[in-house]
Amino acid sequence: MLIKTEPPLLSIDRLAVEFVTPNGRVRALDDVSLQISTGEIVGVVGESGSGKSVTAYSILGLLPAEANITSGSITYLGSALRELGGRELKAIRGSEISMVFQSPQTALNPIRPVGAQIADVVMAHSPLNRAQAAARAIEALREVRINSPERRVHAYPFELSGGMCQRSVIAMALACAPRLLLADEPTTGLDVTTQRAIMDLLVELTRSRGMSTMFITHDLGLAAQYCDRVIIMQSGRIVEQGLTEQIFMTPRQPYTRRLLSATPQAHTKLIDLIPASEQQVFKVSSPLTAASKPNRAAVGSPVLRVRGLTHEYPLHGAPRSLLRLLGRRQRSDKDGANKFRAVDGLSFDVAQGECVGLVGESGSGKTTTSRLIAKLVRPTAGSIQLNGEEIADADPRAFARSAMRRVVQIVFQDPAASLDPRRTAFEAIADPLRRLEGIRRPAELGRRIRDICDLVELRPALLGRYPHQLSGGQKARVGIARAISVYPALVILDEPTSALDVSVQAVVLNQLDRLKRALGLSYLFVSHDLNVVRLMCDRVMVMKSGSIVEQGKVDDLFRDPQHPYTKSLLNAIPRIDFEVDAGSGAKQLSNFP
Amino acid sequence: MMQRISALLSHACRMVARNGVSLAAVGIVTLLLCLALVGPMLTAYPPYVTDLANVLSPPGRLHWFGTDQLGRDVLSRVVASARIDLFVAVCAVAASFTVGVGIGGLAGYLGGAFDLWTSRVAEMVQVFPLFVLAMALVAALGNDLRNVVLATAIVNLPFYIRLARVEVGVLSTQLFVEAARVAGNGDARIISGVLLPNVMPNLMIQLSVNLGWAILNAASLSFIGLGIRPPTAEWGIMVAEGATQAMAGHWWLIVFPGFALALAVFAFNLLGDALRDMFDIRSR
Amino acid sequence: MFAALPTQAHARLVRHRMLFLKEIPMGLVNFLLRRLLAAIPTVGALVVATFVIMRVLPGDPAIFFASSPVPTAEETAYVRQKLGLDRSVPEQLLIYLKDIGSADLGMSFTTGRPVLTELRERLPASLELATVALILALTVSIPLGVAAAIWSGSLFDHAARIISSIGVSMPTFVTGLILTYVFFLWLGLAPEPVDRIDMFITAPPRITGFLLIDSTLSGDWAALQSAAGRLVLPSVTMAIFVLSPLTRMTRSAMLGVLSSDFVRTARAMGLSDRTVYVRYAFRNALLPVLTTMGIVFSTMLGSNVLVERVFGWPGIGSFALNALVASDYAPVQGFVLLMGLLLIGINLAIDVAYGLADPRARRAS
Repeated sequence: MLIKTEPPLLSIDRLAVEFVTPNGRVRALDDVSLQISTGEIVGVVGESGSGKSVTAYSILGLLPAEANITSGSITYLGSALRELGGRELKAIRGSEISMVFQSPQTALNPIRPVGAQIADVVMAHSPLNRAQAAARAIEALREVRINSPERRVHAYPFELSGGMCQRSVIAMALACAPRLLLADEPTTGLDVTTQRAIMDLLVELTRSRGMSTMFITHDLGLAAQYCDRVIIMQSGRIVEQGLTEQIFMTPRQPYTRRLLSATPQAHTKLIDLIPASEQQVFKVSSPLTAASKPNRAAVGSPVLRVRGLTHEYPLHGAPRSLLRLLGRRQRSDKDGANKFRAVDGLSFDVAQGECVGLVGESGSGKTTTSRLIAKLVRPTAGSIQLNGEEIADADPRAFARSAMRRVVQIVFQDPAASLDPRRTAFEAIADPLRRLEGIRRPAELGRRIRDICDLVELRPALLGRYPHQLSGGQKARVGIARAISVYPALVILDEPTSALDVSVQAVVLNQLDRLKRALGLSYLFVSHDLNVVRLMCDRVMVMKSGSIVEQGKVDDLFRDPQHPYTKSLLNAIPRIDFEVDAGSGAKQLSNFP
Repeated sequence: MMQRISALLSHACRMVARNGVSLAAVGIVTLLLCLALVGPMLTAYPPYVTDLANVLSPPGRLHWFGTDQLGRDVLSRVVASARIDLFVAVCAVAASFTVGVGIGGLAGYLGGAFDLWTSRVAEMVQVFPLFVLAMALVAALGNDLRNVVLATAIVNLPFYIRLARVEVGVLSTQLFVEAARVAGNGDARIISGVLLPNVMPNLMIQLSVNLGWAILNAASLSFIGLGIRPPTAEWGIMVAEGATQAMAGHWWLIVFPGFALALAVFAFNLLGDALRDMFDIRSR
Repeated sequence: MFAALPTQAHARLVRHRMLFLKEIPMGLVNFLLRRLLAAIPTVGALVVATFVIMRVLPGDPAIFFASSPVPTAEETAYVRQKLGLDRSVPEQLLIYLKDIGSADLGMSFTTGRPVLTELRERLPASLELATVALILALTVSIPLGVAAAIWSGSLFDHAARIISSIGVSMPTFVTGLILTYVFFLWLGLAPEPVDRIDMFITAPPRITGFLLIDSTLSGDWAALQSAAGRLVLPSVTMAIFVLSPLTRMTRSAMLGVLSSDFVRTARAMGLSDRTVYVRYAFRNALLPVLTTMGIVFSTMLGSNVLVERVFGWPGIGSFALNALVASDYAPVQGFVLLMGLLLIGINLAIDVAYGLADPRARRAS
């Protein structure tokens, strides 16, 4: 074990932070101690509420007004940060210690060009004048691998993609060559391939500049792949910390073990997500009668059959006549002049009892596809057959009253946004029962809803609560309960767990699997997370720019991808595979071939 | 249904009692409503009776607010005005609210051509400053009370159309509205069961503030001689008639009606804030 | 121009520009053209709407537009024929449009002069009053709103909110009268509320029609002092009324911006308080305030009539009001038309300013 001889760059000693809320004082951090040395990348991993972001904000003195550091010290290069005055602290921010945040597009001033924002930072920390700072800004953009930086310098954030915005923020943070970079979930919300590119960039910059980076994330895979040391946090405390391979190969604390097992990896099975001690035998309290099972298609024929599904969105531009009036040259388009083709001639089947995954990055058309099949939007062309009946041409509004409405249901992406804030959980679940099955009598309704609550493991006591009084996992369960309450044949799951913590996700995914088997459901599982898709699905389809580029059995696709795009997607997934080289004892990641 | 209303009322009482400002607002508005309904029966002097022996007497024991140039008791006239001004305001706002929210809500929900044309029509009305338009309408339609209500309602219409359009439009894109559709709700049920309850709170708040504006508008119109005319007791008319007298030193002729007017408008503005607290679901 | 060109030429142009100017507002010319073109149908709607209100609605417009309060039968017939009231409504509309197009807004029988001339002469008085009132209102409300946001929740914040709420609750004519009573009658500080300038002082030569500017240009300090003195009370009256929406909007916009992600980034990068508050917070907060200005202007133009009546201000508002009371309707029509045009122009200017300030608004959506 290496013994570091030089003093650490940053040292946090027994830090405690309290938030003052209307409900009393809440401990956000409790006795947190950690160190970061020069040149190392330290990962701080935890679920929501673990206090990982609060730690970073405390270092730079960016805590909101209602938060107080109640005890402990933060030392940077020997000076105690808590004792610094406003001006000294501002001198450190951006030039010695920098921070990069989540959601890059909102992290930048929307009405100021990107280059000007970088120049502002440069001028705040150096005696350069505006022209020199502008030149430095161009250099900074070049260093983060942005093409034609001289042009991009004048761009506004809304003209840049998510990845480019994040690179710009990184450029801003590194423009004055800080020694420590705090990265708070910098890749959350970005596409998998972009995520990989940004992480590679961060690692490269850290190594080449001899910088240190504190990388805050909820994704254990990313931590495993990119960090030298890992710190696991839970509820404001540090649970375990150590070298990456130690934590992942020999975790000591039960929470660490649970977190590890809950993270979907290359070789895990669905049931492995939950630690053995918590796996329960699932019982259905009132077995389903034949009457309550939905119409099943004839044995052998698919539940869903999609052929040539196409959808175009009209683009808005200056009306043609106006452009002609002004004598401007019109944009020469071939066909589909002012239209954007989101889904282009999709064809696939979902068999009875199957779970088919639909994978793609943002802009691939997977969300549009799920909305088309859920009959929220009418497709421009193509056929959708549900249990043998054609539903593509039905008007979405009229479809709500047809008998086929109960055959396909959808679980939405954001559980919080998909629940009416003014209705209780009970009313949310009762809605489809009232509308689609005509159940009015309170006794029958109550019984039915209680059965469903058993199925999704939602405590009946929670039924009287409003969405804002429920946790993320509880809201997800209400959304699932609502979707399956009418026993549909096909359930579309639109990123059902992407907003949830890993441990909650593990439970919900297992539930979904059990429900599928108990109720004989078929799933169309839309996701960007290939690991989750591998766990849940039998077959998977990869979408790009509106078309399916590859489809097949899950194991085949993962083992031997054919299409280059599929290969790049698989490459970009962070993995936690460690092999110890017998000779040197050093870790080796068996990821990228 | 009854359960929900009673739950709402009890929640409302709790919220109001929590905040001193809301309490004050609700109190003053209730007072105004009472004055409007029963006030004239409680005052000592009838508002139209003249007493030429007692013109322009300052506030004193007999006449708490003094008397005007015809010897009429200012207090009774101030109280009697509440009735007419509130009546005009409530009628005008009720009309523009129902029509405006109906049209604007549909426009926001349906989108497309209907939305486009609704915006065009609303724009045409909004092309004029509000008071100027009200003035022109009353002048054109005829100088009586009914036309003041009509003019105020017309001038106010685009405000509700635009508000409802934006509120419903934004809400229609929310996931829970789509969830309601997937649950089998048709258009009518979505509008009445999902959109309306979620949009109502904000509309109610605007309604309250709008009532204050409508009172101001009616008083301003009668100040310049349009609509309600003497000898009717109305705050605007009282100020108009008392203006010249006031410059000779008889301040009570403009201060009391003016203060009553300001108090009414202020109370409705404050009520809007109180309603906001009451409707916030997170406080339940 | 730039938005329609292919990207390489664009890039070359941008590089050229870099040498001479700081930055070209993206697609600004396109945006300006679009806004101007959009205003044309609005003006058309305005003209038609005025026609509908003034000609179609009244019982017998001939009586309304006659040149005396009690017209004779021949007079009425003459006016009816001139206005084309015996023709169909669309033909009337055409006659009306022709009249407007040839700048014929009719005659005012109360003053005996063409309406257009009267309006032209009186417009600067109203504009000067409105402009001074707006400047006053902005000077008070924006700092107040910003301070209330920065020290949110403090006593200052609550006090600011209450004071501006009271201001908007009082109608302008009440505020005006009370101010006159206190400052003119009681304290003797303000001049008589009659006219824009002391009647014993000769007005400066009319260059712009704005007394403050004209007297400064001709070096007439006595006139300047008198004119400024008389502007105080009416402009304060108007300003008080619009303080509340402006302060409230500034406060909420500032609060929203101060808690935004990009201000957090700016602070995290160590930018000074001044840079954060001014360049990052305030500029962004001004956008919603700018939108409110449209409503504020509409309110001010509306209360114009009332304030001019209270203070005897010789502007278009009092002109129209006097005419209205005397059943002289041609000036009222001209007044309504002019007010609408002013409002359209102001909204256009605000739109353009918004497009300058917010590049997202210039996108061809």
